[in-house]
Amino acid sequence: MPQSYKIEVPGADLGATLKNFLGAILGLEEVAAMLVPAWLPMKDTVMPVLVTDPAGLETADPLAPAFPLNAARLASRLTRKPAGGLVAAVLRPCEIRAFVELVKLKQGSADDLVIIGLDCLGAFPNTGFTQAAQAHGRGLTDKFLASALGSGEGAVDGIEPAAACRVCERPLPLGADVALGLFGVWPEGGVLAEGRTERGAEILGRLGLARAGAPAARTSAVEALVRAKTKLRDEMFARTTEATSSLEKLTAYLAGCVNCYNCRNACPVCYCRECVFTTDVFDHEPRQYLQWARRQGTVKMPTDTVFYHLTRLAHMSTACVGCGQCSNACPNGLPVMELFRTLAARTQAAFDYEAGRSLEEAPPLSVFREDEFPEVTAP
Amino acid sequence: MTDFEPTIIAFVCNWCTYTAADLAGTSRLAYPHNVRLVRLMCTGMVDPKYVIKALLSGADAVLVSGCRPGDCHYINGNFKARRRFKLLKEILPRFGFEAARLRLAWIGASDGHEFAATIKEMTEKMRELGPSEARRKMVI
Repeated sequence: MPQSYKIEVPGADLGATLKNFLGAILGLEEVAAMLVPAWLPMKDTVMPVLVTDPAGLETADPLAPAFPLNAARLASRLTRKPAGGLVAAVLRPCEIRAFVELVKLKQGSADDLVIIGLDCLGAFPNTGFTQAAQAHGRGLTDKFLASALGSGEGAVDGIEPAAACRVCERPLPLGADVALGLFGVWPEGGVLAEGRTERGAEILGRLGLARAGAPAARTSAVEALVRAKTKLRDEMFARTTEATSSLEKLTAYLAGCVNCYNCRNACPVCYCRECVFTTDVFDHEPRQYLQWARRQGTVKMPTDTVFYHLTRLAHMSTACVGCGQCSNACPNGLPVMELFRTLAARTQAAFDYEAGRSLEEAPPLSVFREDEFPEVTAP
Repeated sequence: MTDFEPTIIAFVCNWCTYTAADLAGTSRLAYPHNVRLVRLMCTGMVDPKYVIKALLSGADAVLVSGCRPGDCHYINGNFKARRRFKLLKEILPRFGFEAARLRLAWIGASDGHEFAATIKEMTEKMRELGPSEARRKMVI
Protein backbone atom coordinates (compact mmCIF):
# COMPACT_ATOMS: atom_id res chain seq x y z
CA MET A 1 0.00 0.00 0.00
CA PRO A 2 1.85 3.12 -1.15
CA GLN A 3 2.07 6.02 1.29
CA SER A 4 -0.51 8.60 0.39
CA TYR A 5 -1.22 12.20 1.19
CA LYS A 6 -3.94 14.74 0.56
CA ILE A 7 -3.15 17.93 -1.33
CA GLU A 8 -5.59 20.66 -0.34
CA VAL A 9 -6.83 22.80 -3.22
CA PRO A 10 -7.64 26.30 -1.90
CA GLY A 11 -10.38 28.04 -3.86
CA ALA A 12 -10.74 24.95 -6.02
CA ASP A 13 -7.92 26.37 -8.15
CA LEU A 14 -6.49 23.07 -9.31
CA GLY A 15 -4.07 24.69 -11.77
CA ALA A 16 -2.46 26.91 -9.14
CA THR A 17 -2.23 24.06 -6.63
CA LEU A 18 -0.50 21.80 -9.11
CA LYS A 19 1.96 24.54 -10.02
CA ASN A 20 2.82 25.04 -6.35
CA PHE A 21 3.23 21.30 -5.88
CA LEU A 22 5.53 21.02 -8.87
CA GLY A 23 7.43 24.10 -7.71
CA ALA A 24 8.02 22.46 -4.35
CA ILE A 25 9.53 19.41 -6.06
CA LEU A 26 11.66 21.53 -8.39
CA GLY A 27 12.83 23.44 -5.31
CA LEU A 28 14.30 20.29 -3.76
CA GLU A 29 18.08 20.38 -3.75
CA GLU A 30 18.66 17.23 -5.76
CA VAL A 31 16.18 18.14 -8.51
CA ALA A 32 18.03 20.10 -11.17
CA ALA A 33 15.28 20.61 -13.73
CA MET A 34 11.69 19.78 -14.54
CA LEU A 35 10.09 18.73 -17.82
CA VAL A 36 6.44 19.75 -17.84
CA PRO A 37 3.75 20.75 -20.37
CA ALA A 38 3.34 24.52 -20.38
CA TRP A 39 1.75 27.30 -22.39
CA LEU A 40 4.40 28.93 -24.52
CA PRO A 41 4.98 32.68 -24.13
CA MET A 42 4.69 33.48 -27.82
CA LYS A 43 1.52 31.58 -28.67
CA ASP A 44 -1.50 29.92 -27.05
CA THR A 45 -0.16 26.42 -27.42
CA VAL A 46 1.10 23.84 -24.95
CA MET A 47 4.47 22.17 -25.37
CA PRO A 48 6.80 20.30 -23.04
CA VAL A 49 9.28 22.75 -21.52
CA LEU A 50 12.39 22.19 -19.45
CA VAL A 51 12.76 24.61 -16.54
CA THR A 52 15.33 24.94 -13.76
CA ASP A 53 13.75 27.88 -11.89
CA PRO A 54 10.37 27.39 -10.19
CA ALA A 55 9.37 30.76 -11.63
CA GLY A 56 9.39 29.04 -14.99
CA LEU A 57 6.42 26.95 -13.89
CA GLU A 58 4.14 29.98 -14.13
CA THR A 59 2.42 28.69 -17.28
CA ALA A 60 2.78 24.97 -16.51
CA ASP A 61 -0.44 23.10 -17.26
CA PRO A 62 -0.12 19.32 -17.15
CA LEU A 63 -3.91 18.84 -17.28
CA ALA A 64 -4.33 20.77 -20.53
CA PRO A 65 -5.82 18.51 -23.23
CA ALA A 66 -2.64 18.84 -25.28
CA PHE A 67 -0.53 15.91 -26.39
CA PRO A 68 1.61 17.15 -29.28
CA LEU A 69 4.26 14.44 -28.89
CA ASN A 70 5.13 11.56 -26.62
CA ALA A 71 7.51 13.04 -24.05
CA ALA A 72 9.13 9.66 -23.37
CA ARG A 73 11.47 10.56 -26.21
CA LEU A 74 12.34 13.80 -24.47
CA ALA A 75 12.90 11.98 -21.17
CA SER A 76 15.19 9.66 -23.10
CA ARG A 77 17.16 12.61 -24.47
CA LEU A 78 17.50 14.01 -20.96
CA THR A 79 18.69 10.80 -19.33
CA ARG A 80 20.68 8.89 -21.91
CA LYS A 81 23.71 10.17 -20.04
CA PRO A 82 23.91 11.84 -16.61
CA ALA A 83 22.65 15.42 -16.84
CA GLY A 84 24.37 16.64 -13.69
CA GLY A 85 21.34 16.29 -11.45
CA LEU A 86 17.96 14.66 -11.22
CA VAL A 87 15.39 15.61 -13.81
CA ALA A 88 11.76 15.57 -12.75
CA ALA A 89 9.29 14.89 -15.55
CA VAL A 90 5.54 15.26 -15.53
CA LEU A 91 4.37 12.44 -17.79
CA ARG A 92 1.12 10.86 -18.91
CA PRO A 93 0.70 7.13 -18.15
CA CYS A 94 1.41 6.17 -21.78
CA GLU A 95 4.52 8.36 -21.76
CA ILE A 96 5.69 6.59 -18.59
CA ARG A 97 5.09 3.20 -20.23
CA ALA A 98 6.99 4.27 -23.33
CA PHE A 99 9.89 5.54 -21.20
CA VAL A 100 10.03 2.17 -19.43
CA GLU A 101 10.36 0.48 -22.82
CA LEU A 102 13.12 2.89 -23.86
CA VAL A 103 15.04 2.27 -20.63
CA LYS A 104 14.95 -1.45 -21.38
CA LEU A 105 16.54 -0.64 -24.74
CA LYS A 106 19.24 1.40 -22.97
CA GLN A 107 17.91 4.63 -24.43
CA GLY A 108 17.19 6.29 -21.09
CA SER A 109 17.88 5.96 -17.41
CA ALA A 110 15.16 5.47 -14.81
CA ASP A 111 17.62 6.34 -12.04
CA ASP A 112 18.16 9.84 -13.37
CA LEU A 113 14.47 10.67 -13.77
CA VAL A 114 11.85 11.40 -11.12
CA ILE A 115 8.52 10.68 -12.74
CA ILE A 116 5.49 12.67 -11.64
CA GLY A 117 2.31 11.20 -13.08
CA LEU A 118 -1.29 12.25 -12.96
CA ASP A 119 -4.52 10.36 -13.54
CA CYS A 120 -4.94 10.95 -17.24
CA LEU A 121 -8.08 12.55 -18.64
CA GLY A 122 -6.83 12.33 -22.20
CA ALA A 123 -6.13 14.99 -24.79
CA PHE A 124 -7.35 16.30 -28.12
CA PRO A 125 -5.63 15.41 -31.38
CA ASN A 126 -3.30 18.19 -32.54
CA THR A 127 -5.80 19.79 -34.93
CA GLY A 128 -8.52 19.68 -32.28
CA PHE A 129 -6.32 21.28 -29.65
CA THR A 130 -5.29 24.09 -32.00
CA GLN A 131 -8.94 24.82 -32.72
CA ALA A 132 -10.00 24.69 -29.08
CA ALA A 133 -7.05 26.79 -27.92
CA GLN A 134 -7.86 29.40 -30.53
CA ALA A 135 -11.39 29.61 -29.19
CA HIS A 136 -10.70 29.50 -25.47
CA GLY A 137 -7.06 30.38 -24.93
CA ARG A 138 -5.65 29.44 -21.56
CA GLY A 139 -9.12 28.96 -20.14
CA LEU A 140 -9.39 25.77 -22.16
CA THR A 141 -8.09 23.48 -19.44
CA ASP A 142 -10.83 24.40 -16.96
CA LYS A 143 -13.50 23.78 -19.62
CA PHE A 144 -11.88 20.49 -20.49
CA LEU A 145 -11.68 19.38 -16.86
CA ALA A 146 -15.34 20.21 -16.26
CA SER A 147 -16.29 18.15 -19.29
CA ALA A 148 -13.93 15.25 -18.59
CA LEU A 149 -14.79 14.87 -14.92
CA GLY A 150 -18.44 15.64 -15.52
CA SER A 151 -20.59 13.99 -18.14
CA GLY A 152 -19.12 15.63 -21.19
CA GLU A 153 -16.51 12.89 -21.66
CA GLY A 154 -13.88 15.50 -22.30
CA ALA A 155 -15.51 17.07 -25.33
CA VAL A 156 -15.34 20.85 -25.73
CA ASP A 157 -17.30 22.55 -28.56
CA GLY A 158 -17.78 19.15 -30.13
CA ILE A 159 -14.03 18.51 -30.18
CA GLU A 160 -13.49 15.06 -28.69
CA PRO A 161 -10.43 13.55 -27.08
CA ALA A 162 -8.28 11.50 -29.44
CA ALA A 163 -9.41 7.99 -30.29
CA ALA A 164 -6.42 6.56 -28.45
CA CYS A 165 -7.45 8.39 -25.29
CA ARG A 166 -11.11 7.43 -25.62
CA VAL A 167 -10.24 3.71 -25.62
CA CYS A 168 -7.36 3.87 -23.15
CA GLU A 169 -8.03 1.47 -20.31
CA ARG A 170 -4.81 2.38 -18.44
CA PRO A 171 -5.34 5.97 -17.25
CA LEU A 172 -3.44 5.60 -13.98
CA PRO A 173 0.26 6.56 -13.74
CA LEU A 174 1.33 3.22 -12.26
CA GLY A 175 4.99 3.56 -13.19
CA ALA A 176 5.46 7.01 -11.67
CA ASP A 177 7.51 7.82 -8.60
CA VAL A 178 4.90 10.33 -7.45
CA ALA A 179 1.32 9.71 -8.60
CA LEU A 180 -1.41 12.32 -8.35
CA GLY A 181 -4.93 10.90 -8.18
CA LEU A 182 -8.03 12.69 -9.40
CA PHE A 183 -10.57 9.96 -10.20
CA GLY A 184 -12.91 9.47 -7.25
CA VAL A 185 -10.94 12.12 -5.35
CA TRP A 186 -11.21 15.56 -6.95
CA PRO A 187 -12.94 17.81 -6.06
CA GLU A 188 -14.36 16.54 -2.78
CA GLY A 189 -11.10 15.01 -1.57
CA GLY A 190 -8.61 17.51 -2.97
CA VAL A 191 -5.89 15.66 -4.87
CA LEU A 192 -4.43 12.34 -3.76
CA ALA A 193 -0.64 12.10 -3.80
CA GLU A 194 0.97 8.67 -3.66
CA GLY A 195 4.62 7.71 -3.45
CA ARG A 196 4.66 4.67 -5.68
CA THR A 197 8.39 4.08 -5.32
CA GLU A 198 10.83 4.53 -2.47
CA ARG A 199 12.12 7.71 -4.05
CA GLY A 200 8.61 9.02 -4.62
CA ALA A 201 7.64 8.29 -1.01
CA GLU A 202 10.80 9.99 0.22
CA ILE A 203 10.12 13.13 -1.82
CA LEU A 204 6.48 13.36 -0.76
CA GLY A 205 7.54 12.98 2.85
CA ARG A 206 9.49 16.23 2.63
CA LEU A 207 6.69 18.37 1.23
CA GLY A 208 4.76 18.89 4.44
CA LEU A 209 1.54 17.32 3.16
CA ALA A 210 -1.16 15.80 5.33
CA ARG A 211 -1.15 12.00 5.41
CA ALA A 212 -4.43 10.61 4.12
CA GLY A 213 -5.73 7.35 2.71
CA ALA A 214 -7.42 7.21 -0.66
CA PRO A 215 -11.09 8.22 -0.38
CA ALA A 216 -13.53 5.31 -0.34
CA ALA A 217 -15.00 6.35 -3.68
CA ARG A 218 -11.71 6.06 -5.54
CA THR A 219 -11.53 2.31 -6.04
CA SER A 220 -15.03 2.03 -7.46
CA ALA A 221 -14.63 5.18 -9.56
CA VAL A 222 -11.44 3.82 -11.11
CA GLU A 223 -12.95 0.37 -11.65
CA ALA A 224 -16.01 1.83 -13.37
CA LEU A 225 -13.86 4.02 -15.61
CA VAL A 226 -11.53 1.17 -16.56
CA ARG A 227 -14.51 -1.09 -17.28
CA ALA A 228 -16.10 1.50 -19.55
CA LYS A 229 -12.84 2.19 -21.39
CA THR A 230 -12.08 -1.53 -21.76
CA LYS A 231 -15.45 -2.02 -23.42
CA LEU A 232 -14.70 0.78 -25.89
CA ARG A 233 -11.25 -0.69 -26.47
CA ASP A 234 -12.65 -4.13 -27.22
CA GLU A 235 -15.19 -2.64 -29.62
CA MET A 236 -12.34 -0.85 -31.38
CA PHE A 237 -10.39 -4.14 -31.57
CA ALA A 238 -13.38 -5.93 -33.09
CA ARG A 239 -14.00 -3.19 -35.67
CA THR A 240 -10.36 -3.00 -36.67
CA THR A 241 -9.93 -6.77 -36.87
CA GLU A 242 -12.92 -6.95 -39.20
CA ALA A 243 -11.70 -4.01 -41.29
CA THR A 244 -8.30 -5.64 -41.93
CA SER A 245 -9.09 -9.36 -42.08
CA SER A 246 -7.84 -9.85 -45.63
CA LEU A 247 -5.00 -8.41 -47.68
CA GLU A 248 -7.54 -6.59 -49.84
CA LYS A 249 -9.11 -4.98 -46.78
CA LEU A 250 -5.74 -4.08 -45.28
CA THR A 251 -4.78 -2.50 -48.58
CA ALA A 252 -7.95 -0.41 -48.53
CA TYR A 253 -7.29 0.55 -44.90
CA LEU A 254 -3.81 1.83 -45.81
CA ALA A 255 -4.64 3.22 -49.24
CA GLY A 256 -4.17 6.83 -48.13
CA CYS A 257 -0.61 6.23 -46.90
CA VAL A 258 2.19 8.07 -48.69
CA ASN A 259 5.13 6.55 -46.79
CA CYS A 260 5.97 9.84 -45.10
CA TYR A 261 6.97 7.80 -42.02
CA ASN A 262 5.62 10.42 -39.66
CA CYS A 263 3.92 7.67 -37.64
CA ARG A 264 7.31 6.09 -37.17
CA ASN A 265 8.91 9.41 -36.24
CA ALA A 266 6.21 10.16 -33.70
CA CYS A 267 6.24 6.69 -32.19
CA PRO A 268 8.10 6.78 -28.88
CA VAL A 269 9.09 3.13 -29.06
CA CYS A 270 10.21 2.91 -32.65
CA TYR A 271 13.71 2.66 -31.33
CA CYS A 272 16.03 2.25 -34.30
CA ARG A 273 18.51 5.04 -34.78
CA GLU A 274 18.34 4.39 -38.49
CA CYS A 275 15.18 2.86 -39.88
CA VAL A 276 15.72 0.33 -42.62
CA PHE A 277 13.10 2.07 -44.73
CA THR A 278 15.36 5.09 -45.07
CA THR A 279 18.38 3.06 -46.09
CA ASP A 280 19.26 2.08 -49.64
CA VAL A 281 17.52 -1.26 -49.14
CA PHE A 282 14.45 0.67 -50.26
CA ASP A 283 16.21 2.94 -52.69
CA HIS A 284 15.03 0.90 -55.64
CA GLU A 285 16.62 1.14 -59.05
CA PRO A 286 14.36 2.87 -61.61
CA ARG A 287 14.53 -0.33 -63.70
CA GLN A 288 13.07 -2.25 -60.78
CA TYR A 289 9.98 -0.02 -60.64
CA LEU A 290 9.37 -0.53 -64.34
CA GLN A 291 9.80 -4.25 -63.93
CA TRP A 292 7.23 -4.32 -61.15
CA ALA A 293 4.85 -2.26 -63.24
CA ARG A 294 5.23 -4.65 -66.16
CA ARG A 295 4.65 -7.63 -63.90
CA GLN A 296 1.72 -6.28 -61.87
CA GLY A 297 0.07 -3.96 -64.36
CA THR A 298 -0.35 -1.09 -61.94
CA VAL A 299 1.97 -0.15 -59.13
CA LYS A 300 0.96 2.42 -56.54
CA MET A 301 3.79 4.84 -55.92
CA PRO A 302 5.61 4.99 -53.63
CA THR A 303 5.86 1.22 -53.22
CA ASP A 304 6.22 -0.80 -50.03
CA THR A 305 3.32 0.78 -48.15
CA VAL A 306 1.84 -2.43 -46.75
CA PHE A 307 5.37 -3.80 -46.37
CA TYR A 308 6.31 -0.82 -44.21
CA HIS A 309 3.34 -1.18 -41.85
CA LEU A 310 3.70 -4.97 -41.56
CA THR A 311 7.39 -4.54 -40.81
CA ARG A 312 6.71 -1.91 -38.20
CA LEU A 313 4.14 -4.23 -36.64
CA ALA A 314 6.74 -6.98 -36.52
CA HIS A 315 9.42 -4.69 -35.13
CA MET A 316 7.58 -2.74 -32.46
CA SER A 317 4.10 -4.07 -31.76
CA THR A 318 5.46 -5.84 -28.68
CA ALA A 319 6.53 -2.42 -27.38
CA CYS A 320 3.39 -0.48 -28.34
CA VAL A 321 1.99 1.45 -25.39
CA GLY A 322 -1.12 2.74 -27.14
CA CYS A 323 -0.31 6.45 -26.95
CA GLY A 324 -1.84 7.15 -30.36
CA GLN A 325 0.85 9.55 -31.54
CA CYS A 326 0.98 7.60 -34.79
CA SER A 327 -2.58 8.60 -35.66
CA ASN A 328 -1.96 12.09 -34.31
CA ALA A 329 1.01 12.49 -36.63
CA CYS A 330 -0.55 11.05 -39.79
CA PRO A 331 -1.14 13.84 -42.30
CA ASN A 332 -3.79 11.79 -44.07
CA GLY A 333 -5.79 10.78 -41.01
CA LEU A 334 -5.12 7.06 -41.29
CA PRO A 335 -6.30 5.08 -38.26
CA VAL A 336 -2.79 3.86 -37.50
CA MET A 337 -3.26 3.62 -33.73
CA GLU A 338 -6.26 1.33 -34.13
CA LEU A 339 -4.28 -1.04 -36.34
CA PHE A 340 -1.23 -1.08 -34.11
CA ARG A 341 -3.07 -1.36 -30.79
CA THR A 342 -5.21 -4.20 -32.12
CA LEU A 343 -2.20 -6.19 -33.30
CA ALA A 344 -0.10 -5.21 -30.28
CA ALA A 345 -2.69 -6.68 -27.94
CA ARG A 346 -2.29 -10.02 -29.74
CA THR A 347 1.50 -10.06 -30.08
CA GLN A 348 2.03 -8.94 -26.50
CA ALA A 349 -0.42 -11.54 -25.21
CA ALA A 350 1.37 -14.22 -27.25
CA PHE A 351 4.49 -13.57 -25.17
CA ASP A 352 2.66 -12.90 -21.90
CA TYR A 353 4.06 -9.39 -22.07
CA GLU A 354 2.69 -5.92 -21.52
CA ALA A 355 4.70 -3.00 -22.81
CA GLY A 356 5.66 -0.59 -20.07
CA ARG A 357 4.41 -2.76 -17.26
CA SER A 358 7.74 -3.44 -15.58
CA LEU A 359 11.41 -2.67 -16.01
CA GLU A 360 12.12 -6.27 -15.01
CA GLU A 361 10.31 -7.75 -18.01
CA ALA A 362 12.69 -8.16 -20.93
CA PRO A 363 11.38 -7.28 -24.41
CA PRO A 364 10.06 -10.58 -25.84
CA LEU A 365 12.38 -10.70 -28.83
CA SER A 366 15.48 -10.03 -26.78
CA VAL A 367 15.24 -13.30 -24.86
CA PHE A 368 14.47 -16.93 -25.57
CA ARG A 369 14.23 -20.25 -23.75
CA GLU A 370 15.42 -23.66 -24.77
CA ASP A 371 11.94 -25.16 -24.81
CA GLU A 372 9.04 -22.96 -25.81
CA PHE A 373 6.27 -22.44 -28.35
CA PRO A 374 6.08 -26.00 -29.68
CA GLU A 375 2.93 -24.97 -31.56
CA VAL A 376 5.01 -22.82 -33.93
CA THR A 377 6.51 -25.88 -35.61
CA ALA A 378 3.35 -27.95 -35.64
CA PRO A 379 2.45 -28.65 -39.29
CA MET B 1 -7.24 -25.23 -59.47
CA THR B 2 -5.65 -28.25 -61.16
CA ASP B 3 -3.17 -26.30 -63.23
CA PHE B 4 -2.20 -23.97 -60.43
CA GLU B 5 1.45 -24.43 -59.55
CA PRO B 6 2.15 -22.99 -56.10
CA THR B 7 5.40 -21.20 -55.40
CA ILE B 8 7.07 -21.94 -52.10
CA ILE B 9 9.96 -19.80 -50.93
CA ALA B 10 12.16 -21.67 -48.46
CA PHE B 11 14.73 -19.90 -46.28
CA VAL B 12 16.99 -22.73 -45.18
CA CYS B 13 20.09 -22.84 -43.05
CA ASN B 14 23.36 -23.82 -44.67
CA TRP B 15 24.39 -26.40 -42.11
CA CYS B 16 21.22 -28.43 -41.67
CA THR B 17 18.32 -28.00 -44.01
CA TYR B 18 20.29 -26.97 -47.10
CA THR B 19 22.45 -30.04 -46.56
CA ALA B 20 19.29 -32.12 -46.17
CA ALA B 21 18.03 -30.75 -49.48
CA ASP B 22 21.35 -31.66 -51.07
CA LEU B 23 21.09 -35.16 -49.60
CA ALA B 24 17.57 -35.51 -51.01
CA GLY B 25 19.02 -34.65 -54.37
CA THR B 26 21.97 -37.03 -54.23
CA SER B 27 19.66 -39.76 -52.94
CA ARG B 28 17.53 -39.19 -56.03
CA LEU B 29 14.46 -38.54 -53.90
CA ALA B 30 11.84 -36.83 -56.04
CA TYR B 31 10.19 -33.78 -54.58
CA PRO B 32 8.06 -31.06 -56.18
CA HIS B 33 9.83 -28.36 -58.18
CA ASN B 34 7.64 -25.70 -56.60
CA VAL B 35 10.18 -24.78 -53.95
CA ARG B 36 12.74 -22.01 -54.40
CA LEU B 37 15.55 -22.40 -51.89
CA VAL B 38 17.27 -19.40 -50.37
CA ARG B 39 20.37 -20.50 -48.51
CA LEU B 40 21.30 -18.55 -45.37
CA MET B 41 23.92 -19.44 -42.81
CA CYS B 42 21.37 -19.79 -40.02
CA THR B 43 17.62 -19.45 -39.44
CA GLY B 44 18.66 -16.83 -36.88
CA MET B 45 19.50 -14.68 -39.91
CA VAL B 46 15.96 -14.76 -41.19
CA ASP B 47 14.66 -11.24 -40.76
CA PRO B 48 10.84 -11.19 -40.50
CA LYS B 49 11.01 -8.81 -43.47
CA TYR B 50 12.15 -11.63 -45.75
CA VAL B 51 9.04 -13.64 -44.94
CA ILE B 52 6.79 -10.59 -45.33
CA LYS B 53 8.42 -9.61 -48.63
CA ALA B 54 8.09 -13.11 -50.01
CA LEU B 55 4.39 -13.24 -49.19
CA LEU B 56 3.65 -9.75 -50.49
CA SER B 57 5.49 -10.57 -53.71
CA GLY B 58 3.09 -13.43 -54.30
CA ALA B 59 4.68 -16.50 -52.71
CA ASP B 60 1.96 -19.01 -51.90
CA ALA B 61 3.89 -20.28 -48.89
CA VAL B 62 7.07 -19.59 -47.00
CA LEU B 63 9.12 -22.27 -45.29
CA VAL B 64 11.84 -21.41 -42.80
CA SER B 65 13.86 -24.43 -41.85
CA GLY B 66 17.03 -25.06 -39.90
CA CYS B 67 18.78 -27.13 -37.30
CA ARG B 68 16.80 -28.62 -34.43
CA PRO B 69 16.78 -26.53 -31.22
CA GLY B 70 19.93 -27.42 -29.35
CA ASP B 71 21.79 -28.34 -32.54
CA CYS B 72 22.22 -24.87 -34.03
CA HIS B 73 25.62 -24.42 -35.58
CA TYR B 74 25.72 -20.97 -33.97
CA ILE B 75 24.26 -22.25 -30.68
CA ASN B 76 21.16 -20.06 -30.37
CA GLY B 77 20.21 -18.78 -33.82
CA ASN B 78 17.24 -21.10 -34.13
CA PHE B 79 15.89 -20.07 -30.71
CA LYS B 80 15.72 -16.51 -31.98
CA ALA B 81 14.12 -17.73 -35.21
CA ARG B 82 11.45 -19.53 -33.22
CA ARG B 83 10.50 -16.35 -31.36
CA ARG B 84 10.43 -14.30 -34.56
CA PHE B 85 8.29 -16.91 -36.27
CA LYS B 86 5.94 -16.98 -33.30
CA LEU B 87 5.55 -13.23 -33.80
CA LEU B 88 4.91 -13.60 -37.54
CA LYS B 89 2.33 -16.31 -36.88
CA GLU B 90 0.51 -13.85 -34.62
CA ILE B 91 0.56 -11.05 -37.16
CA LEU B 92 0.26 -12.36 -40.71
CA PRO B 93 -2.76 -14.71 -40.46
CA ARG B 94 -4.83 -11.76 -39.19
CA PHE B 95 -4.45 -10.11 -42.57
CA GLY B 96 -5.56 -13.10 -44.58
CA PHE B 97 -2.32 -15.04 -44.97
CA GLU B 98 -3.58 -18.42 -43.83
CA ALA B 99 -1.47 -19.98 -41.07
CA ALA B 100 -0.71 -22.98 -43.27
CA ARG B 101 1.20 -20.69 -45.64
CA LEU B 102 3.79 -20.04 -42.95
CA ARG B 103 5.84 -23.00 -41.86
CA LEU B 104 8.77 -23.29 -39.49
CA ALA B 105 10.49 -26.67 -39.49
CA TRP B 106 13.58 -28.23 -37.98
CA ILE B 107 15.12 -30.46 -40.63
CA GLY B 108 18.57 -31.78 -39.79
CA ALA B 109 21.42 -32.44 -42.22
CA SER B 110 20.72 -36.18 -42.40
CA ASP B 111 16.97 -35.72 -42.86
CA GLY B 112 16.86 -35.78 -46.66
CA HIS B 113 13.63 -37.81 -46.60
CA GLU B 114 12.00 -35.40 -44.20
CA PHE B 115 12.93 -32.46 -46.41
CA ALA B 116 11.41 -34.09 -49.48
CA ALA B 117 8.30 -35.06 -47.53
CA THR B 118 7.88 -31.52 -46.12
CA ILE B 119 8.06 -29.94 -49.57
CA LYS B 120 5.65 -32.50 -50.98
CA GLU B 121 3.21 -31.91 -48.12
CA MET B 122 3.40 -28.13 -48.43
CA THR B 123 2.93 -28.16 -52.19
CA GLU B 124 -0.15 -30.34 -51.92
CA LYS B 125 -1.55 -28.18 -49.18
CA MET B 126 -1.01 -25.03 -51.24
CA ARG B 127 -2.72 -26.57 -54.26
CA GLU B 128 -5.69 -27.12 -52.00
CA LEU B 129 -5.61 -23.61 -50.54
CA GLY B 130 -5.20 -21.98 -53.89
CA PRO B 131 -3.12 -18.98 -54.94
CA SER B 132 -2.21 -16.44 -52.29
CA GLU B 133 -4.36 -13.31 -52.19
CA ALA B 134 -1.23 -11.29 -52.98
CA ARG B 135 -1.17 -12.96 -56.40
CA ARG B 136 -4.76 -12.09 -57.15
CA LYS B 137 -5.17 -8.65 -55.64
CA MET B 138 -3.19 -5.44 -55.97
CA VAL B 139 -0.70 -4.89 -53.18
CA ILE B 140 0.25 -1.28 -52.44
